[in-house]
Amino acid sequence: MPTTPAPAAAEGTDGTEPAESRSAVRSLLRLWPYVRPVRARLAAAAVVAVVASCTGLVIPLVLKWIVDGPVADRSTGGVWLGALYLLLLGVAEAVLFGLRRWLVARPLAGVEAAMRADLYRHLQRLPIAFHDRWPSGQLLSRGTTDLMLLRMFLAFPLTFLLVNSVTILVGVLIMLAQDWTLGLVLLAPALPVMVVCWLFEKRYSRVARQAQDQVGDLTTLVEESVLGIRIIKGFGRHRSQALAFRELSRTLRGTELAKARLLAGIFAAITTLPELAIGAALVLGTVQVADGSLSAGTLVAFLSTALALRWPVESIGFLLAMSQEAATATERYFEVMDATPESDAMPESDAAPESGAARAEVLPGGPESTTGGLRFEGVRFRYPDAESGSVPVLDRIDLHIRHGETMALVGGTGSGKTTLTALVPRLHEVTAGRITLDGADITAMPRDELRALVAVAFEEPTLFSAGVGENVLMGAPDTAGEADLARALAVAQADFVHALPHGTDTEVGEQGLSLSGGQRQRLALARAVVGNPRFLVLDDPLSALDVHTEALVEAALRRVLAGTTALVVAHRPSTVLLADRVALLSGGRITAVGTHHELLRTSAEYAWLMSGRTEKTERENR
Amino acid sequence: MTAPTTTAPADGGKDRSAAPPPQDGDPFDRDALPAPPRATAALLRSLLAPMKGRVVLAAVLLLLQQAAVQAGPMLVAYAIDRAVPAFRADDNGPLIAVAAAYALCSVAAGALQWGFVLTSARVNQDVLLDLRGRIFRHAQALSVDFHERYTSGRLISRSTTDVESLRELLSEGLQELITVILSFVYISAMLLWLDLGLGAVAVASFMPLYLLIRLYRHRAGRIFAVRSTAIAAVIVKFAETMNGIRPVRAFRREAVNDSAFHALNSRHERVNGDAILEMARYVVGSRLVANTAVAGIVLWGAYRVASGSLALGVLAAAVLYLRRLYDPIDRLGMFLNSYQSAAASMEKIAGLLAQVPSVPEPERPRALPAPASELPGREVVFDDVRFAYRTGGEVLPSFSLTLPAGQTVAVVGSTGAGKSTLAKLLARFYDPTTGRVLLDGVDLRELSVPELRRGVVMVTQEAFLFSGTVAENIAIGRPDASREDIERAAKAIGAHDFISSLPDGYDTDVRKRGGRISAGQRQLVAFARALLADPAVLILDEATSSLDVPGERAVQRAMHTVLRGRTAVVIAHRLSTVEIADRVLVMEHGRIVEDGSPDRLITDTGRFADLHQAWRDSLVQGHAE
Repeated sequence: MPTTPAPAAAEGTDGTEPAESRSAVRSLLRLWPYVRPVRARLAAAAVVAVVASCTGLVIPLVLKWIVDGPVADRSTGGVWLGALYLLLLGVAEAVLFGLRRWLVARPLAGVEAAMRADLYRHLQRLPIAFHDRWPSGQLLSRGTTDLMLLRMFLAFPLTFLLVNSVTILVGVLIMLAQDWTLGLVLLAPALPVMVVCWLFEKRYSRVARQAQDQVGDLTTLVEESVLGIRIIKGFGRHRSQALAFRELSRTLRGTELAKARLLAGIFAAITTLPELAIGAALVLGTVQVADGSLSAGTLVAFLSTALALRWPVESIGFLLAMSQEAATATERYFEVMDATPESDAMPESDAAPESGAARAEVLPGGPESTTGGLRFEGVRFRYPDAESGSVPVLDRIDLHIRHGETMALVGGTGSGKTTLTALVPRLHEVTAGRITLDGADITAMPRDELRALVAVAFEEPTLFSAGVGENVLMGAPDTAGEADLARALAVAQADFVHALPHGTDTEVGEQGLSLSGGQRQRLALARAVVGNPRFLVLDDPLSALDVHTEALVEAALRRVLAGTTALVVAHRPSTVLLADRVALLSGGRITAVGTHHELLRTSAEYAWLMSGRTEKTERENR
Repeated sequence: MTAPTTTAPADGGKDRSAAPPPQDGDPFDRDALPAPPRATAALLRSLLAPMKGRVVLAAVLLLLQQAAVQAGPMLVAYAIDRAVPAFRADDNGPLIAVAAAYALCSVAAGALQWGFVLTSARVNQDVLLDLRGRIFRHAQALSVDFHERYTSGRLISRSTTDVESLRELLSEGLQELITVILSFVYISAMLLWLDLGLGAVAVASFMPLYLLIRLYRHRAGRIFAVRSTAIAAVIVKFAETMNGIRPVRAFRREAVNDSAFHALNSRHERVNGDAILEMARYVVGSRLVANTAVAGIVLWGAYRVASGSLALGVLAAAVLYLRRLYDPIDRLGMFLNSYQSAAASMEKIAGLLAQVPSVPEPERPRALPAPASELPGREVVFDDVRFAYRTGGEVLPSFSLTLPAGQTVAVVGSTGAGKSTLAKLLARFYDPTTGRVLLDGVDLRELSVPELRRGVVMVTQEAFLFSGTVAENIAIGRPDASREDIERAAKAIGAHDFISSLPDGYDTDVRKRGGRISAGQRQLVAFARALLADPAVLILDEATSSLDVPGERAVQRAMHTVLRGRTAVVIAHRLSTVEIADRVLVMEHGRIVEDGSPDRLITDTGRFADLHQAWRDSLVQGHAE
């Protein structure tokens, strides 16, 4: 008998898989939580399918009855009765087949959708470090192709491996009951077929996994070549890109052909071995009929049953292949699902009911408080995937931005400024030390609450497929309205919005590609200030603006910053002047803090970063 | 593991919010681009045409295989009607013949099956390779303008799920179809040969089956088209979220995204369920027809055997054949399934492939003339150029401009003044609506891509890095460059230090552990890439926006040597660029409003003098007072 698939084993109907196939079974067992809600439907469908299949097996018996009974007796009335039986059985079979499909149609589409929704929900909550490592093509192929494979598995192989096993069992029993010698002859190929299946499964699983991963790689390449299209075009590199694509798709073709070779082998074996047995049974049966030890009707029924079993046996090959692919798809799916999402330090149950009171307690900061504002205390950061002994990106960061103060963060290219800003909304977690907002440790508050307190504008202004207004209002509480939108757009000097074809309702495409860099940057800035946040983190927010716009934005931003505790990454003197004080980040440490003018005098590195000139060149220039 | 969730089917009212509101009937807002009629069929034909020989071979193998498989019941009939009486008469000949023939057929069926699977797999994989390559190359050939409107998620779903549905059709569906058709033909022939009357009844039953299939095709076709659009919407949302994960998190979009995704996902779930149910209806219908036909034929056959006008063996064989005749109708349904879903996908692919690149490669490319001097620069002429987006709205009204070889031109002006459009015309990301852009007298449209990129290279502010090492990313500028060339370019631009400090230096994988590279550093890599390309004309569009002042200074210094003798167009908001420029163009509302040497324009009272003063003011603050 072929291996019975996982959930059947879980339901306790079968528990005797060969040890070697257990890994695939174990993978598939993990689907149980998703299958559970629809288990009644699935089980009912399996029962219906078994009954339908057995109905099919009864038909040859009716044929035998017709041949040996009315036909042999030349009774035409009996023939009518037999035909009526056949018709009834036929109708029953058709209705049962339909019933099976009807039972599982909606539930299985539901399982696929539920798994996809869970994947999406989970991915949205995995640490940023996870997304840095995983190309989105690999994630996407898990959310689409792999889940479709799983639905197909639940619809066919899962049911039919069971149904076919039962059908074969019942069929064999019927045949043995009719004539046990002929039945034994037909059973002879069972063992070799099982061995072949076992060998096949082992090899196929490896190749199937390879093929699925290669599809993921191919997806990644497609995605990159679309996202980097300007570079490819700008350097006329679409030929080499196409070459890389061809290389990958050729490799995939090779793997697919390896799969085909394995399939061809098992199909050939599964076709030939049972046919040989049927041939032997035919010869033996003919001799017995000639001897008179077997009726012609029995032989017809016997062969008819054997032939009815051909499809269940032959289909085992591709059912196993589909199961194997489904097992791989399950592994790939859970590889992602097993990654630990960001979780809030406080258990939800504690945080939820008294969050209001808790906040009042932990946020005592007033303007005078020494603990008020945004405070870094002994912060060290190393990327979670870096080796533990390696040099940290940020080390011993002690920095206090007082309540209502604006601090500029200045440092050379690659000094860790962006990384430092990512720590505040906990996009990355500090390795050691702590960050407090008005005295409250950020790790002690739920992330959602933290991110509501801190608004961020990223260096790379990403817009989502939505209206311009909607994109900006993402930064505000739900209560925000037109007035807030208008104010934020005014601060960011984003009047161009009103000139767009549908004003603030204009859809900006995926990543807002149809807007220029400067326009996107201004919208990202508007998004950061729209909610009047208490804490503002701006990562080089004006880099893509022209001088005039920059001056206008700065003037407007100054008013916003007056009441906000802000950390602003700055590359240029004009941006630095928005700030009350400046912190100099060098080699992962804060090496100086002071006003712009103080630092210009006291820090050579700062003066150099601001002017691009060393004192020596300065003198020479004079 | 998260707790299992049951997704309750959303009510139909949610549907509206899932689909973005259409704007101006732009075809890009719909998932499918219009394809010319019959484009899908033509695409399939052109994919299969080169495989003709192997398709025929596969068909012949299958033909023979089916012959071997379908011989079984004939042998049964022969055994019952001939071998039994012969054996009784002590003639073993017919029985041995049956045994030998059955064994031969079994082995042949297996061997032919093996051959067929291999041959057809090769055909399938070659077709897929061809199609994947075509989509990819075509997408790459389409203009930047196209990519800005056709989102990357859609392109990805074209080359993944849509290709996948063709793969399913080819790998399982086509074999099913041929097997089904062949067995229909064979078995009908056998039945007719066994007994004309019984055969005729069987053939007559094809008529209602045909009608059922037609009905199913019609109904399922519609559902599949909707389903394919639904999954594409899911993919777009998925890809967008994962690519913008940082702002998603920072602005707590998770819950909003969850519900938006839920709406798209449930729409797909609903259509998916509809598709499966449609299949269920077909299966019931076809089984009913088949089983009624079997009952009818058995009735008539048995009646005639009973009345002595038909041999028992013939009835036995007919019954065995009948079971086989209707067995594959389920599989025919599966084929129709994969056919419909592949057809919907192929239509979209055909629509994509039917997009004519608006910036096509020339059919008969011209070569650039030999350089006039030893210096690399070439002359650029905008000859009466006007540019408007196809969707309307003039961006650059007609203008003419000559940039002499070796000149460094700074283009300044406020955002939206048309600076980037000017640059994109020169880089041939767009073609002018009227007029010509000439490089040393040759229209850009007449240059082959390699020739064009030896001529003009553009560095933009968005410095995308491809997966691979830093060195590989720089080498995009010139793939045959040696490691020394790559390092020299990186040193020239001031990128060498940070690259050397990465875990594996130039061999650091930018997507792997420790390979995190800041925006400023990415711009340096992009610069090194451009230097390595060594073009006659270099366009820098906001290419230093993320650099700090020293970084920008280092780039400026490098530019002095790098740009010497080269023609350069530099767009920058920060006027430090002007220090290296020989000439300044000030743009406003798509027009060039000022044109002259920086010194002259600064002393003027025009726009540039204004801009320059504002910039000086912003800089002065950086110096000690």
